[in-house]
Amino acid sequence: MKVLVAVKRVVDFNVKVRVKADQSGVELTSVKMALNPFCEIAVEEAVRLKEQGIATEVVVVTVGSNAAQEQLRTALALGADRAILVEATDDLSSLTIAKALKAVVDKEQPRLVILGKQAIDSDNNQTGQMLAALSGYAQGTFASKVEVVGDKLNVTREIDGGLQSLELSLPAIVTTDLRLNEPRYASLPNIMKAKKKPLETLTPSALGVATTSTIKTLKVEAPAVRSAGIKVKTVAELIEKLKNEAKVI
Amino acid sequence: MAVLVIAEHSNGVLGAATLNTVAAARKIDDSIAVLVAGQQVDQVAQTAARIDGVTKVLVADNTAYANLLAENVAPLVASLGKGFSHVLAPATTNGKNYLPRVAALLDVDQISEIIEVVSPDTFKRPIYAGNAIATVQSSAAVKVISVRATGFDPVSAEGGNAIIEVIDATFQQGRSRFVGEQLAKSDRPELTGAKIVVSGGRGMQSGDNFSLLYNLADKLGAAVGASRAAVDAGYAPNDMQVGQTGKIVAPQLYIAVGISGAIQHLAGMKDSKVIVAINKDEEAPIFQVADYGLVGDLFELVPQLQDAL
Repeated sequence: MKVLVAVKRVVDFNVKVRVKADQSGVELTSVKMALNPFCEIAVEEAVRLKEQGIATEVVVVTVGSNAAQEQLRTALALGADRAILVEATDDLSSLTIAKALKAVVDKEQPRLVILGKQAIDSDNNQTGQMLAALSGYAQGTFASKVEVVGDKLNVTREIDGGLQSLELSLPAIVTTDLRLNEPRYASLPNIMKAKKKPLETLTPSALGVATTSTIKTLKVEAPAVRSAGIKVKTVAELIEKLKNEAKVI
Repeated sequence: MAVLVIAEHSNGVLGAATLNTVAAARKIDDSIAVLVAGQQVDQVAQTAARIDGVTKVLVADNTAYANLLAENVAPLVASLGKGFSHVLAPATTNGKNYLPRVAALLDVDQISEIIEVVSPDTFKRPIYAGNAIATVQSSAAVKVISVRATGFDPVSAEGGNAIIEVIDATFQQGRSRFVGEQLAKSDRPELTGAKIVVSGGRGMQSGDNFSLLYNLADKLGAAVGASRAAVDAGYAPNDMQVGQTGKIVAPQLYIAVGISGAIQHLAGMKDSKVIVAINKDEEAPIFQVADYGLVGDLFELVPQLQDAL
């Protein structure tokens, strides 16, 4: 079966972001960018399904600026077969991205679509669920285990109290949690090979997707700064402070 | 304007996060309906009707809504939501699961994890693991919003006297089936609502050593959390993870033991009132946010702390 994986280019997770002085957003020029960590896990899962002989083709897609080709090449180096770039501005809402992905789903007809559970920049945790709604497919969100059994998909999900198991009909949408797998590193030969793999470029308008949004960001501020406190020398001093100064125990 | 709040509940008990979500709703409008969807939810509906400030409780009691499967709950909420200006749900794993599906069915954008209501159409929410706060305005006909519980003080669970209305609509998509669940059993307070949280990181070195934290927590009446490093190493189950991708907590007292303080962990606990760090590395980033830091070997300090309490 064909597996579609959606990925996103984001600020590298180790970068301490800075808010722009004009409060229009965060500083992204000359900041290290990378594949969103949850998307990396999604690519890894699709590649593993291919290695198990379940997936026949792994197609990776992103909706974003031309620079996101870099992240598509990374996904190709990790084992995806071909890539699709839906070229658009970087600040689209999750709903618009879900609509663009829905158009790609209609075109590609995958049996399974894997996404990360959230992007570490917007922290929305919406796109997979929205794509499932638009496609009418079942959703297995926050997955820590995925198993294809015939025309069904068994998904173990991370929920607040522990784990939950669901059986979904295929085609279906899965969003990955951190514990689904440990992504591999791309080897140099695979990075070289990835350069030759096909990468198709589309636009939202060619897919019939409007990029208007009902959400407007008015400003972006730095959070209230929490300053360092004091170091205490002994446990007795700590307890004294907690009891008499902070009054929390 | 009227606000629809989707109740969080499990095993016949109303989830505490519902009270924080109603608190956010009250900052938007005084007309608040709470939807209780599930199977055998009479008790939950009765409890919800007593929440201070709730005017109406809608009850959708149907096998289709058991375990709050998103495929069935989302069309129900979307059909009811058309009659409201706002649809709010707590940003629990349940809320995060069905709410974006509701928004897409209503063809509107969703706003995730608000921490402040600026006005009925303008909200604040953290982005980039809490390293920036965005103020966003929505022009959607129905504003679909998830609420971060720690951003709002809960309303009183008593004092309300809402009318209860039965909803008959059944949406059974038949695309998903609940198979089972494995819930972690614990007598300690629930992590997200606890007044005191004791958390362990990679420095704990093994799952067995977490007993040091459990003992300390029991003495303090605290919940126990963990960093991602501790969860990935198998020292603690995943539902104990505090951070950007785990639970968000804001207790009165947060004690971080053997936790370095990565950005992703700080995202989940830096709104705690008082933070205590116990770490042998005095350069650890956790000390930059800790009100009280104790540098030393946790295997000596934690038992000392427990004995001294």
